[in-house]
Amino acid sequence: MQKETEKKEYVSLPYFGLNKLLPYLKPYRGTILGMVILCLLAGVIDIIIPLFQRYALDHFVALGSMDGLPLFIGSYVLVLLVQVISNIISCYQAGEIEMYVSRDMRRASFNHLQTLSFSYYNQNSVGYIHARVMSDTARIGGLVSWSLMDGVWNLSYIIGAIVVMLSINAPLALMVLVIVPLTALAAAYFQKHLVALNRKIREINSRLTGGFNEGITGAKTTKTLVVEKKMEDDFNAISSDMFRTSVRASHFRSLFISVISFSSFLALSLVLWRGGLITMEGVMALGTLSVFMSYALNLMEPIQWIVRAISDLITVQVNVERFTRLMETESDVRDTPEVIAKYGDAFEPHRENWEPLHGDIEFRDVSFKYPDGDEYVLEHFNLKVPQGTNVAIVGETGAGKSTLVNLVCRFFEPTSGQILIDGRDARERSQLWLHSNIGYVLQSPHLFSGTVKENLLYGRPDATMEEIEAAVKSVSAEGVIARMEHGYDSNVGEGGDLLSTGEKQLLSFARAILANPRIFVLDEATSSIDTVTERLIQNAIESLMKGRTSFVIAHRLSTIRQADVILVVKDGKIVESGRHEELMAAKGYYYNLYTRQFQEESINQVL
Amino acid sequence: MKKTTEQRYTKSSLVIHFLKGNLHYFVICIAASFGVTLLEMILPQIVRGTVDSVIGSDPFSFPAFITDRLNAMGGGAYFREHLGLIALVIIFLSVLAVLCRYATNFYNGKGSEALMRTMRNELFAHIQHLPFAWHMRNQTGDIIQRCTSDVERVKIFVAEQLTSIIRIVILMILSLLFMFSMNVRLSLIALCSVPIIIGYSAFFHSRIGARFQECDENEGILSTIAQENLTGVRVVRAFGREKFERDRFEKQNQHYTGLWVRLMTLMSAFWGAGDLISGLQVMLILVLGSVFCVQGTLSVGQFIAFLSYNSMLIWPVRQLGRVISEMSKAGVSVDRIMYIMNAPAEQDKPNALTPDMHGDIVFDHVSFGYEGSVAIVHDVSFRIPHGSTFGILGATGSGKSTLMHLLNRLYELPPENGKITIGGVDIADMKASWVRKHIGMVLQEPFLFSRTIAENIGITHRDMSMEEIRRAAQIACVDDAISEFANGYDTVVGERGVTLSGGQKQRTAIARMLTQQAPIMVFDDSLSAVDSETDAKIRQALHQNLGDSTVILISHRVTTLMQADCIMILDQGRIAEMGTHDQLMKKGGIYRRIYDLQMDAGKEGEDAERN
Repeated sequence: MQKETEKKEYVSLPYFGLNKLLPYLKPYRGTILGMVILCLLAGVIDIIIPLFQRYALDHFVALGSMDGLPLFIGSYVLVLLVQVISNIISCYQAGEIEMYVSRDMRRASFNHLQTLSFSYYNQNSVGYIHARVMSDTARIGGLVSWSLMDGVWNLSYIIGAIVVMLSINAPLALMVLVIVPLTALAAAYFQKHLVALNRKIREINSRLTGGFNEGITGAKTTKTLVVEKKMEDDFNAISSDMFRTSVRASHFRSLFISVISFSSFLALSLVLWRGGLITMEGVMALGTLSVFMSYALNLMEPIQWIVRAISDLITVQVNVERFTRLMETESDVRDTPEVIAKYGDAFEPHRENWEPLHGDIEFRDVSFKYPDGDEYVLEHFNLKVPQGTNVAIVGETGAGKSTLVNLVCRFFEPTSGQILIDGRDARERSQLWLHSNIGYVLQSPHLFSGTVKENLLYGRPDATMEEIEAAVKSVSAEGVIARMEHGYDSNVGEGGDLLSTGEKQLLSFARAILANPRIFVLDEATSSIDTVTERLIQNAIESLMKGRTSFVIAHRLSTIRQADVILVVKDGKIVESGRHEELMAAKGYYYNLYTRQFQEESINQVL
Repeated sequence: MKKTTEQRYTKSSLVIHFLKGNLHYFVICIAASFGVTLLEMILPQIVRGTVDSVIGSDPFSFPAFITDRLNAMGGGAYFREHLGLIALVIIFLSVLAVLCRYATNFYNGKGSEALMRTMRNELFAHIQHLPFAWHMRNQTGDIIQRCTSDVERVKIFVAEQLTSIIRIVILMILSLLFMFSMNVRLSLIALCSVPIIIGYSAFFHSRIGARFQECDENEGILSTIAQENLTGVRVVRAFGREKFERDRFEKQNQHYTGLWVRLMTLMSAFWGAGDLISGLQVMLILVLGSVFCVQGTLSVGQFIAFLSYNSMLIWPVRQLGRVISEMSKAGVSVDRIMYIMNAPAEQDKPNALTPDMHGDIVFDHVSFGYEGSVAIVHDVSFRIPHGSTFGILGATGSGKSTLMHLLNRLYELPPENGKITIGGVDIADMKASWVRKHIGMVLQEPFLFSRTIAENIGITHRDMSMEEIRRAAQIACVDDAISEFANGYDTVVGERGVTLSGGQKQRTAIARMLTQQAPIMVFDDSLSAVDSETDAKIRQALHQNLGDSTVILISHRVTTLMQADCIMILDQGRIAEMGTHDQLMKKGGIYRRIYDLQMDAGKEGEDAERN
């Protein structure tokens, strides 16, 4: 299912994709403008400072008098202060822009994700989506602040230096300037190669991490097969590949730096030679020559920085593109404007207009295929589920048992046909209305970081302590809480990691019960939980289903023998349906599944 | 990587150990950087000489041997005519400097990559040889973190921080040498600022470290909120808690942003103050230098050169403070790597045996519990005659797999807990690899490597022929299924779009084990995901191809075990019953009851049909 939306590393967008960022930059246009102006100023001051040296040499030293020293020091300190203050402000502004822009983009993408339908989540892995919210936004924030700052500052320095040099001595300046475009070309050449190599390095790096991952998770197998040597050799091959590629990158990087510094020296020697002649002829003062030399020497490094800023701009396009694609993805499941007007949206519900949900569900001539699939998994499917009915869905792992549940929960909408809830098309009411009435328990129970209590309150934040305790008791989870150090205020860890799967399962049941849903959906656990816990869970499930319309995706068939309807799914399609006895009598697929599973359970039953 | 004895590293000995074989890169790098610095120091001297004695008219004031040579060539007057010559000398020296600079950077890069390669390879190899118990104790994510991020940080420590400190010190010494050789008074003044700048920057960076960490932690929290929201998207939607999630994320988003902006305020103030201090220092030198020039104690050329040295000095000195304060962080990473490298690897006894493995397997009063948990196996004794088929039946957690882990020496059985012998030899006295090579084991949840199916099956031997691979796959009844994949045997396991079903994975693992051609084969519930029909087919094919191998079958399915020469029923780590199918049926105990139940389930359908 994971069809990671193309992993391109390089894209080319009109205006480098910057136009797409405008909405996020606009609120900070004042700050950005201020930063640009200050960077221009900083560049100019960098040009001015060597002029003090020139003055000192040409006036104090050449004339042999220290007249005007107080004014000299005064103006020097003044310029220094202006520089320091403008640096402080512009750095601060760059930091602000970086953080605020990325914050706003994070917020926008996160909020947008809350409204996207499940087809998006099915097609993209969590890691991929997470990177859009966290990494892309950070990179873009960095670009519009620091790279912009580097670019402007250095550009202003280069232009300023050229202007001053030209005004001091045009022919000499022109000689130096010949070197500039050559340096820029060289820099661009190296940068391009480096970007390509870095891409390759990242690729190998993920293979290395994969290698470690496999070496660790597969340790048991490696040992039983005695293939440690082979695994080592294979890993060493990847790490040697990394070595070779990185050394190549290092070669280019070193060459790059060397070329830049060579052109600086070249400029210096040119100035000393031609400038020396002019100075000897008395056309130029000594101090002027020294200043000229310092400009020539310092001209090349800013070029390197500008080239780097441009290359940042090129590489960041891929982040801009991924981010905007996320923002432009529209949900497959959307409430109509009329529905939103009456029932509210996901963030601002109008609960006062919500009708109570009774729990009759009907599939009427429903056909369905997943947005990313070609094949219909349901065709003209009809099923009436009166309030209180218990529907079980069974089949092998990966057979597509979740489809029906996804439709009931309106995580997906039928390609054609209707799903009626209490006799009305599900689309006539808002998603939030429906979801607020559904209790959903996953086979891999998901808890959020925080305390036990916070997690229990997730479905109904205003529940009282008595209600919480009653819910916990009804699923026999009080033992779990009693075992924890701080009771209800104990931390459950990231994703509930501090608890065992069985404990998480019980808490998620309690959470669902507390929300008092009309429809109950249960994706039953497959993981091996000890028998005591399992019995507890079984009891909890029964108390949950009492009086509610329920859908159970079952893995242990013994638990659903009493279900009102059993739907048997194979390769994504419903192949059999009926009560347990009917299906057993039919001796079909269900019969096979059931007998196979029963063997294991019989042992647990006897022992 | 064979370590003779279990050596335990200290922080420094571990870094030195990793550096072994890579140190020369860093030596070249530092030597070359010495060259760069020296040449960059000489260039201002040439400029000075040119300004003073060629463009100006002072006599040359280099060390005597150079001055003599220059005067012999004709002194300032000669060079006045041949100013181009000086430019050429500068170009020549700068070519040298550029070559040295290339070598500095290149060998630094090469050295750090070589260092990383050594660290990665050694870590990987060591992890491969750590006992299975260690793997069970440690979390994969944490170990990977140590092998990637911490390795990176140690590299930064050696390749960037350590070398840059050496380089900065060389640069400081050289530039101060040149400065002192020209003017002691001015040099002393310039030198004064050095400790101030280093101290100021080191102080600031050590103070700000905690704030950086706070930012990092809060980024982690923000990232976790996003992560949990995405993985729990179904829960969020099902409970209709989008608004809550939005608010929670927004709160942390604001908090994190605020922290950074506050940190930025500090950082920019720090940078600004640093600029101010160094700017004032430059000004001081400029003013005093001018005064000295006017007084005649300093020549113009010397002054210009002095200014160059001073500006060369300032930036690295500012960096030094940061580097020093950041170096302390590397210690933690070395510690974290040391945790892996110091974990004792699996080790055979000296003169471990490699006896014939075609013998009876005997479990002799074996008791065992995993570290820190209660005993799982209690005083179990039984014999599996060579060439026979032995079945084990038991509930989840009854200790079936544990017995096999002990047999395969995935866990070591302490001597006081009984012993396991094969052909009369205690397996604890054998080489672990010898034992494992001769016991083919298919695990309950088979792990396939992310490479092609053919490579997976043929992994146990180098250059296994395609015929052998297919033959094994045929016995395991998976050849047909594999051939149906678009890429057949070249299908890469775990790649997007390709998923092997549980049954296919199990059968592939069986095929892989068959290529081991081991005299002892263990099937640890490894046919659970295939239906009874295929199960029977596989057993049939195995039976025809096993030769005189000993077979241990673990299963929940009585039909799988029925034909075994001996069946053992384990209950909570103890032997409940043992015997052949007929004996156990006659006995009418646990086995009988399980058998009846399983057969009944099969009949249930028939009953329903009849009714």
